[in-house]
Amino acid sequence: MPVCRRSTPIEVQNIESMLTFPKGGTHPPELKEQTAGLSIEVMPVPDELELILGQHIGAPCTPTVARKEEIAEGALIGEVKRGLGVPLHSPVAGKIKAIGTSAHPMRVTAPSLTIGVDHEAAPVQYMEQDWQSSDGSELLQKVNDAGIIGVGGAGFPTHVKLSPPAGSPVDILLLNGAECEPYITSDHRQMLEHAAEIVGGAGIILKILGIKECYIGIESNKPDAIKMMTAAAGKASSGDCSIKIETLQVKYPQGSEKQLIQAITGRKVPAMALPSSVGVVVQNVSTAKAIYDGVVYGKPLYEKVVTIAGKGISKPANLLLKVGTRIKDIVDYLGGLEPGLSKIIMGGPMMGFAVSSLDIPITKTTSAILFLSEDEIDTSPHSQCIRCGWCLEACPMGLEPKEIGIYVEANRAEDTEPFGVFDCFECGSCAYVCPAKRPLVQFVRLAKMKAKRP
Amino acid sequence: MIKQQVSEDQATAPVKLWKVSVSPHIKSGESVEKIMWTVVACLMPPLILSVFIFGIQTLFITAVSVVSCVAVEAVSQKALGRRVTIKDGSAVLTGLLLAFVIPPGVSPLLPILAAVFAIYIGKHLLGGIGYNFFNPALLGRAFLLASFPVAMTSAWLLPVESFGIFSYLGTSIDAVSTATPLAVMKEQGMAAFTEAFGSGAGLYSSFFLGWRPGCIGETSGLLLLLGGAYLLYRKYITYHIPGSILGTIALLTWVFGGETYFGGDPLLALVTGGAILGAFFMATDYVTSPTTRISQVVYGICIGALTVLIRLKGGYPEGICYAILLMNPLSTVLDSWFKPKRFAPPQGGAE
Repeated sequence: MPVCRRSTPIEVQNIESMLTFPKGGTHPPELKEQTAGLSIEVMPVPDELELILGQHIGAPCTPTVARKEEIAEGALIGEVKRGLGVPLHSPVAGKIKAIGTSAHPMRVTAPSLTIGVDHEAAPVQYMEQDWQSSDGSELLQKVNDAGIIGVGGAGFPTHVKLSPPAGSPVDILLLNGAECEPYITSDHRQMLEHAAEIVGGAGIILKILGIKECYIGIESNKPDAIKMMTAAAGKASSGDCSIKIETLQVKYPQGSEKQLIQAITGRKVPAMALPSSVGVVVQNVSTAKAIYDGVVYGKPLYEKVVTIAGKGISKPANLLLKVGTRIKDIVDYLGGLEPGLSKIIMGGPMMGFAVSSLDIPITKTTSAILFLSEDEIDTSPHSQCIRCGWCLEACPMGLEPKEIGIYVEANRAEDTEPFGVFDCFECGSCAYVCPAKRPLVQFVRLAKMKAKRP
Repeated sequence: MIKQQVSEDQATAPVKLWKVSVSPHIKSGESVEKIMWTVVACLMPPLILSVFIFGIQTLFITAVSVVSCVAVEAVSQKALGRRVTIKDGSAVLTGLLLAFVIPPGVSPLLPILAAVFAIYIGKHLLGGIGYNFFNPALLGRAFLLASFPVAMTSAWLLPVESFGIFSYLGTSIDAVSTATPLAVMKEQGMAAFTEAFGSGAGLYSSFFLGWRPGCIGETSGLLLLLGGAYLLYRKYITYHIPGSILGTIALLTWVFGGETYFGGDPLLALVTGGAILGAFFMATDYVTSPTTRISQVVYGICIGALTVLIRLKGGYPEGICYAILLMNPLSTVLDSWFKPKRFAPPQGGAE
């Protein structure tokens, strides 16, 4: 395992003056050099797309189209009638081939729509619309209509996040450009290539929330992005809104919502509470870009920048993909798999899901697909806990992962609530540092199933 | 494309499946083996010095101790139907530490018996690594001290003259045995101590470098400190436990250790006996020590206080072994009293 290294020298500030969260965290190797320098590349649309109906947190969409129906690019194909959710749009012009189920990394299978792509149809040209005259609630409706969710990984419907409860007034917007997971460079490339749109998206969110202050947190290992974003933010800031870039120390999990809020504002979000309870709303930089596209151009969210990296793929890349593109089509486009491939992960190596099939399609929240070889992953067997306490030091939430693991192994998972099992957001810092290689995140997930929420 | 490839391979070779597991998929390069072998390496310089101080038979006793600990570990794990983990170095470390806390002039049978007690009863019958609540090496020493009190308190050797490392071979131990500085101090008083070992700066430096009677590993404070410093540098241990133990021993000895209050010699208390070995290598054993910073400091202060209490008022000249053993089972209790500080309690909640 290589030691932690920086891909580029820090030229912005010295490390002490950079912001970070004070407790816990780890320094996994950054490993971003494989794709950090690669521009976003548009992958040609494959013959077939498969759209999972439950892309977001909440109720899955019900299809609004029938089998064999012809649809246009950007047409509504699914919506949520009751409950939390956002509409789903077709990424292409084509024909609904099937309404069935698809393979899914977490839920094994999930309801989905299969679309046969019409390669003859001309791509839709989206025109700039008049949005400045719209008020906050009209803009919020546009965000909902564009099917926008938190694309950093959580998948929470954005319009809900942008309508904080009446009792908690919000005064600060944070944009998350930390991208603290190893390998992933999709947000980095978005910030380099679409800085103005991201800052424009921030302006729209400020207008929706009716506030003036925005901070964009970026880890110091992306000095070029910090430079681009600072320039764009300087142009956009005016008397009635201020957008500032904050350089963050490189430390995992810097991009976690609670840790980012603490690093930049010093405020602590209480357990079981939302960021709005301390007056903050956090959005990913790529979500801000999606909001800009959705509001300014009326373009729904159906494309995603995804980092493809690892020694197991012939050609690493940052690809602009249609939502619903299957992994096997990406593999074919990039020249196939390498023989040493051992594990395929959707997401980063710290929190991503290992997948067992190339038939799985990407969703709005996929930020990376990693093809890792045997020497890039850890396969060592775990042993008994030696109570070294390193997990206590690494936990950013101040929990006791070792105790949770010992209790789960002793069949006492229901007694783990006092060790803070429900505060755990499964960042994996504890399991990363564990010298006994214990699967602590797995223990936590088992404990969450059996323990009672307070 | 991929499916074709797989089906072609199926005819000739078994399919290589992709791995799936819960995140994180990468882990740091640290491991139990790496930690244990690093500690073993840190104990090599004092062992080598010990050969030059007490003669070649210290190496023999250490080897017997290490081999028997590893053998007992392997046999215990086989007998209990567990995975044999002798490669992780923990039994080697126990064997080494066990040899370090017995006198250099004992019969080689003693470490064999101690290894059986420490590893089989003290570790594997309690559940194996991680579940033993006493430090196995110190448990072995306590067992020997109770079973062979004469050998364990009299088989001390005077440092050999100028590289005569073979000079004790073949001689009767009774003929050459001597007393440790702490024993002289306790049983015969300060005057006899000064007569036997001298005083002033020369005394401190010869004790610090290791030229004095003592257990195999507790000779050179300097080399043990260097080893401990390396463990601190690697972040395998923190200063909390050794710092609080040594600080408490120095403070309490200064206050209560002399003829009058505040008349004790704190520096002498640190360089004699097993204070440095115990503070850096015994009390910091992960399994038997607390994990949160506050409980580590409380644990260290208690060990230091018990050590001074035993040295000044108890029946033994040195007390750190029993002090650590007494505190070992309390480390989980301390951890449950001093919990890590949570990120933020629930809003308006009970906490």
